[in-house]
Amino acid sequence: MGISAVKYLLVFVVSVLLQVLFCNNILIARVIAPFIYILFIVLLPFDTPRSLLLFLSLALGLTIDVFTNTPGVHASACLIIGFLRPVILNLITSRETLESVAAPRVKTMGFHWFVTYTIFMVVIHHFFLFFIEAFTFEGFLLTLLRIVLSSVLSIALILLSQYLIFRK
Amino acid sequence: MKNLFKLIYRYHVVFLFVLLETLSLSMVVTFNNYQRAAFFDSGNFLSGTLFEKFSSFAQIFEFKQVNIKMAEENAVLRSALQEMLLKSNHGTYHSSDSIYLPRIARDSSQKAVYRFTTARVINNSVNQQHNFITINKGRHDGIKPDMGVISNGQVVGLVTNVSENFSTVISLLNSKWKISAKIKRNDYFGSLSWDGKDYRRVQLNEMPYHVPVQNGDTVVTTGYSSSFPEGIIIGTISDFSIGSGSNFYKIEVMLAADFKNLVIVGLIENKQLNEIKHLESLNKYGN
Repeated sequence: MGISAVKYLLVFVVSVLLQVLFCNNILIARVIAPFIYILFIVLLPFDTPRSLLLFLSLALGLTIDVFTNTPGVHASACLIIGFLRPVILNLITSRETLESVAAPRVKTMGFHWFVTYTIFMVVIHHFFLFFIEAFTFEGFLLTLLRIVLSSVLSIALILLSQYLIFRK
Repeated sequence: MKNLFKLIYRYHVVFLFVLLETLSLSMVVTFNNYQRAAFFDSGNFLSGTLFEKFSSFAQIFEFKQVNIKMAEENAVLRSALQEMLLKSNHGTYHSSDSIYLPRIARDSSQKAVYRFTTARVINNSVNQQHNFITINKGRHDGIKPDMGVISNGQVVGLVTNVSENFSTVISLLNSKWKISAKIKRNDYFGSLSWDGKDYRRVQLNEMPYHVPVQNGDTVVTTGYSSSFPEGIIIGTISDFSIGSGSNFYKIEVMLAADFKNLVIVGLIENKQLNEIKHLESLNKYGN
C-alpha cells in the first residue's frame, strides 16, 4: 500500500509537470491544445474506491487550475471523468478482468483495450473542459472542432507516454 | 429514517459527485471576473517559483535571441526618446526610471505622471480563452494592480494580482478584458476585446458607421483607462465589415505585439491612478 501510494504520487507530479511545463505551451493551428494530465486518473488502479477517485480527481483538477488561473474549470472536468471512470470500465471490460488485473496498462490490458479506454476518458474530459472554459454555446462549431482536434493529439500523447515514461 | 440512511449510503458516490461538482462549478462562476482569488493565481508561491526556475532554465537556450530582441528594443526606445525631446521645447528628463512623456500627460507641477519598470515573463499562454501572464516582480519591487504592461512599446495586458515576488497579468488575449482604443489617424474611439479565436487578432467594437476606417490604420490606446498613457500602439486594422442589423463596424485588429514570444515586458505605473479612481467613484454616489 505504502509503495503504491508513493508511486501514484509520483505519477501525479509527473502528469502535472508534463501539462504545465510542456503541454500548456503547445498551440497548433490556433485551435489544438492538448491536455494530458488526466493520465493520472487514467492510470489509477482498478480497485480505487469511487469516493477516493472523486477526491483525487478534484485534487488533480485544482492543481492544474492553480497553474492556469482557471479556478474550478479543470476541477469540474476532472470530477466528471473521475465519476464516470468506473462506468466506462464496466462498459468495456468484463468483471473477471477487473478483479484479476491490478491497473489499466497497455502491457496487461492490450493495446486495443487501452486505446478504447483512453478515447472514452479523453473525449469526455475535453468535451466538458472546453465547454466549461468557454461557458457559452456561442461558437458551438468552433468549440467542437477544438474538442475533436485536441482530443486526437491528447490521445496520441497519452499513448506515447505509455511507451516513453510510464513503462512500469 | 433507516431507509433514508440506506439510500444515502447506497448512492453516496453520486451525492459526493454532485456536491463536489457543484462546488467546482460555483468556483468557475464566482471567479468569473478577472480579479481572482489570490490562491488561484499562477503568481502564488508554489507555481510562481516553479515557473521562475523553469523559465530561467529554458532561457539559457534563448540568450542570443533575447539579446537581439533587447538591442532592437533599445534602439526603438532611443529613437522615440530623441523624437520626443525634439518635439518638446521644455522637455526635461526627470529621474532615471521615469519615462519621458509629452506635456499633455504631465500634471501642472511638471512631475512625471507615469513611472516605468521592466520585468521578465516567467509564464505565458495563448492557447486558452482566458490567458494570463506571470512575471517575476511583485509587491516587493513596487508592482501594483492595474499597472499597464507593454512589450516593445506595444500593449500586452494589465496587472491583476500581486504577490510578494510575482505578479499576474491579464493578457489582451483574455475574452474577459476590454480596453478602450482609438484609431490614431482620426481619434475615433471604441472598445477593444478578444473573441477567443485567433491569438494574433483582436476586435475593435462600437465604432459607428460614419467613421472613415481603412485597412492598415493604426489602433492605439486612448488614455481613458488611466493604466496606459495615450497613444501606445495596439495594432493595425487588418479587416473591417458592416455587421448585419447593427450600427457598428466589425473591425479586426492585427496585434502589434507577438504574444507567443514575450520575454521582457515593461510596466507602466500611473502615479495619479488612486486620485483619479477616487474622484471617479464620487460620481457613482451622485446617481
